[in-house]
Amino acid sequence: MAKEITVKQTNIGMLASRQKFWGVVSMTLRYVFLILVAVTVLFPFYWMIISSLKTLDEYRSAVPTFWPQTLDFKNYAEAFEVANLGRLFFNTVYVGVVSTILSIVVTILSAFAFARLEFKGKNVLFAGLLATMMIPGELFTITNYITVAKLEWLNTYIVLIVPFLVSVFYIYLLRQSFLQIPNELYLAAKVDGTSDLKYLIKVMIPLALPTIISITILKMMGAWNSYMWPRLVANDEAHTLITYGLRNAFTDASGEVDYPVQMAAVALVSIPLFLVFIFFRKYIMKGVSRSGIKG
Amino acid sequence: MVESKQHWKAWLYLSPAIILLLVFTVYPIVNTLYMAFANGYGMMSAAGGQKFEFGIENFKKVLEWGGFLTAMKNTLLLCILTVPISTILALLIAVILNSIGPLRRVLQTIYFLPYVTNSIAIGMVFAAMFNITGSFIGTENEIVYTSGIINNIIEFFGGTKVNWINPGSSYWANIFVLVIYIVWNALPFKILILLGGLQSVNKQYYDAAKIDGTGKFRTLTRITVPLLSPLIAYIVITGFIGGFKEYSNVVGIFGESMGPAADPGRLNTMVGYIYDNVAGKLPNNQGKAAAAALILFVIILAVTLINLWVSKKKVHY
Repeated sequence: MAKEITVKQTNIGMLASRQKFWGVVSMTLRYVFLILVAVTVLFPFYWMIISSLKTLDEYRSAVPTFWPQTLDFKNYAEAFEVANLGRLFFNTVYVGVVSTILSIVVTILSAFAFARLEFKGKNVLFAGLLATMMIPGELFTITNYITVAKLEWLNTYIVLIVPFLVSVFYIYLLRQSFLQIPNELYLAAKVDGTSDLKYLIKVMIPLALPTIISITILKMMGAWNSYMWPRLVANDEAHTLITYGLRNAFTDASGEVDYPVQMAAVALVSIPLFLVFIFFRKYIMKGVSRSGIKG
Repeated sequence: MVESKQHWKAWLYLSPAIILLLVFTVYPIVNTLYMAFANGYGMMSAAGGQKFEFGIENFKKVLEWGGFLTAMKNTLLLCILTVPISTILALLIAVILNSIGPLRRVLQTIYFLPYVTNSIAIGMVFAAMFNITGSFIGTENEIVYTSGIINNIIEFFGGTKVNWINPGSSYWANIFVLVIYIVWNALPFKILILLGGLQSVNKQYYDAAKIDGTGKFRTLTRITVPLLSPLIAYIVITGFIGGFKEYSNVVGIFGESMGPAADPGRLNTMVGYIYDNVAGKLPNNQGKAAAAALILFVIILAVTLINLWVSKKKVHY
């Protein structure tokens, strides 16, 4: 009897150790796979930084180097000059900040009306707005281009800020956050004689702050990454935004391209995005998982 | 009394958004419909006082001339290749990532990184990686300095170098580079969504499967995929919608010539075609642009409806 039990135990022990062995193997394989994916994801960034620090001769050497022989920072100075990055940075930050502030104000006011105020046709209007989200943006762009040309807004800052100021999606997102704030708070404030605007500023905005921060970051990133609209309507030197300016500065496909300088310019455009990501990762990932909209 | 006061106030709060939306969203819908059906519409001619007849000439022109069909073929091809590849890869990565302990958060953050990049800027990095660097590119006395890091890696493993994107490159080499780049760009969003789904799955299903001695692969196909099916449907649908609007990834790698220097326009997409007709290479063609945009809209709508119909049959809610 006692013997039988020990036999069984050793069997179980062997089985367990065999299982443990395969468990370790499978875990190792999983990590190998995941780390390979991570290397693939990171490699372009690594290559961008490394190439931007090489001299042109080293970049062109037949045997590639994975770490620059001498760190050559003068590519960055040259990139700044070649692509006129200073001006592009200024334009983009200016347009980004102004359009974000205005957009947030308009979004908060509309989301508040849809979430808290009662008026005729509210649901129909809201459904109508949501329906416009299905239409591809290119469809609007054609007419908007003609409209701003008629208004003589081409090559101004206004044209970069006003036409796409209102995003139905942001209104929807913020309305959802506002709706989660209990109605009792609003009624209590009403009884106390608090005005709507004061209630909005003192109670609703602070409570919905995470959503507002998400919207702010997505909108800023949108300005930084926008390409087509700025390229169509504001392509003179004074108003060019960073993405179009960058692509345009290095678009000459014939002859010799100075890749280290180009990579330095690309790095300078990418670094602000990385910094924003590092500091606001939580808000970005939350906003993105609810939207699926890039920028 | 109080009610009517609230009406008035609500419209006041809404007025900035409503005015802007009327001018830049509602009016464009109406006007684009009009332009599409106004034969030969162009903003220059319209400003000159020309009147346009009602008809479907714009659609005919769009569909008869080669440019749009090339763009449609390219867009369709990229969609059919990139959506399944990125979805399956994202599912695999998310499931494996969800099964490990240490390093999970770090890896998750790394995988998300491509999302917060500028697709034009990083496209230029990919172009540099696939490029063959030299001067007199495409001519007979070409001087090749380096075959580019991707070709270096291929040669290191004993392969022969490929002309990926330079003049003289093949169409399929170009498509290959675009697929790699688009998938690289599309993975973060899909992984994020699927991982979120996996983390909310009830652990009891897996415990039950373990007790029954169900194998890993069977657990994946019989438990994980069905439980995630609403999210998979969601990322497939958004993937197709984004795929049909493909443009900036191509510009990132090839520039606005939308093709290798010797073959401009070879890789143009439907959105690229629309922009060409708004104000690009062929100005004063807004009627054609509007017609092409409507065709794009109808295609997107149809594909979305088909996807919803399929997922109604397959998705377990």
